Amino acid sequence: MPEGKGRKSPGAKVRPIRVLIAKPGLDGHDRGAKVVARALRDAGMEVIYAGLRQTPEDIVAAAMEEDVDIIGLSILSGAHNVLVPRVLELLKERRAIDVQVFAGGIIPDEDAARLRKLGVKAIFGPGASLETIIQTARDLAAKRVARV
Amino acid sequence: MAAGPVAQRILQGDRRALARLISDVEEGREEAREVLRELYPRTGKAPVVGISGPLGVGKSSLINQLIQQLRTAGKKVGVIAVDPSSPFSGGAVLGDRIRIERDPDDPGVFFRSMASRGHAGGLSQSTRDAVRLLEAFGMDVVLVETVGSGQVDVEIHDIATTRVVVVVPHLGDEVQTLKAGLFEIADVFVVNKCELPGADLAARDLKELATLAVPRDGWVPRVVLTSTVERKGIGELWSAVREHESAVHEGGGSSEVLRERAEREVRGLLQEKVEQLLQEELLEDPAWARLLDRLMDKEVDPYTAADRAFQELKRRL
Repeated sequence: MPEGKGRKSPGAKVRPIRVLIAKPGLDGHDRGAKVVARALRDAGMEVIYAGLRQTPEDIVAAAMEEDVDIIGLSILSGAHNVLVPRVLELLKERRAIDVQVFAGGIIPDEDAARLRKLGVKAIFGPGASLETIIQTARDLAAKRVARV
Repeated sequence: MAAGPVAQRILQGDRRALARLISDVEEGREEAREVLRELYPRTGKAPVVGISGPLGVGKSSLINQLIQQLRTAGKKVGVIAVDPSSPFSGGAVLGDRIRIERDPDDPGVFFRSMASRGHAGGLSQSTRDAVRLLEAFGMDVVLVETVGSGQVDVEIHDIATTRVVVVVPHLGDEVQTLKAGLFEIADVFVVNKCELPGADLAARDLKELATLAVPRDGWVPRVVLTSTVERKGIGELWSAVREHESAVHEGGGSSEVLRERAEREVRGLLQEKVEQLLQEELLEDPAWARLLDRLMDKEVDPYTAADRAFQELKRRL
C-alpha cells in the first residue's frame, strides 16, 4: 500500500510524503544520505535527492519549489553549527517554517541540544535505525501545519 | 473569467503559491482545477520542450546546460522532471536536481520534480497542468524531462510542442530505431556523450531514420550531436528546437493534430469523471463486495460480473 496521509481512492489521489535529502557544505560522505533516501523511498515517500555540496540557499530554494514536507540534512563535516541554523533562518525569512527539518551525521550532544532549540525537530547520530528515521519522518509530516 | 486570489498570486510570481498549486494538481484537487480554469486563457503560447530518452543518457545534464543557455538569452525557464514511482512501495527517489547548477535566488528558473505515481494517463494530465501553471507564472519556455524506455513512453507527445529524444552511442543497432514508440515522436534527435566513439554511427542511423519518416508539418527531424562534459552542441540543440517551433507556427500547426490532442485531453478528463462515478455509484456499494465474493467462489464469471455491474450502473443513472 502506498504510504500517504490518508486513504487512496480514485478521484481523490493521496499525496505521498515529500522529503528533500541534502548535504550542505563540503564533506563528500554521502553514503548515509543515500541509505536514508532509499529507506524513505521504500517506506512510500517521494524523496528529492539534492546531493552533495549544497549551500543553505540551494537547499531552501529546492524545498520551496518542490513543496516538501520535510528537509533532511546530512552533515559529517562538523560545520553543522553554521549550516543548520542558516537553513532554519532562510526558512523563517521565506515564511516557510511549516517545513520540518531533521539532521543526521556526526553532531555532538551539546550541539544537538542547541540545534533542537533553534527548531530542528530530530537529530540522528551514528547507529540510528532506519525504522526510527522513517517513523520520525511520518510523525513530522503529520505535524506539518495545514496549508494557508 | 476573473482571477481568484490563488490565480492572482501565480500571476504575481509567488513561488510558494506555484509550488503548492502544483502539489494540488498532482493530488487532483478540485480547487486546483478552479485555478486552472482561470489561468487557462493565459496558456498555450510558450514552447514546451519534451526531453525524453532512456535512463543515464544525460537528459538532466542537457537540461542543466539548456537552462544556462536560455538564461543567458534572457528567457525564463520552467522545468518539470518526471521520474518513476516504485510500483511496490509507491515511493520514489527524484534525483534530477543533482545535475542542476544555478543561482538559487534566480527568479527566472523554477524546477519541479514529479513522481509518476503509477496512475496510467493521470501523469500526463498533472504534467500538462503543471506546464500550464509554469507558463501562467511567466516562464518563457517549459522543459519537461521524462524517462522513456525508448519504445513505450510516448505520453509526452501530446504535451510538448517540440519533442527531443536523447540517445547515446552504442545504445543498439539500427533495428532499435525501427521499433515503434519514442523514435517516432522525435522532432529533434540528440546523440549525447558525442565525445565517445560510435557517436557518428548513431547519428548516421538516426539521420537515415529521420529522412525516411513521413514529415509532420513539413518538418524532417534534426539530428544534433551534444557533449555535456565538453559543453558542445547545446546552442545547436536550441537552434533546432527554435527552427521546429517556427516551422510549426508557420505551418499554422496542423489543426487536425491539435484537435486530436485537445480531444484526447478532454476524453482523459471525462474518463476520470466516469471513474469517479463508478466509484461513488458502484464500488462503494456492499453489492459490489458481494459480487466479488461470488466471483471468488466461481459462482459467476468475470464477464457476467462486469455485465451485471454495468447494467446496475445504467439503471442508477
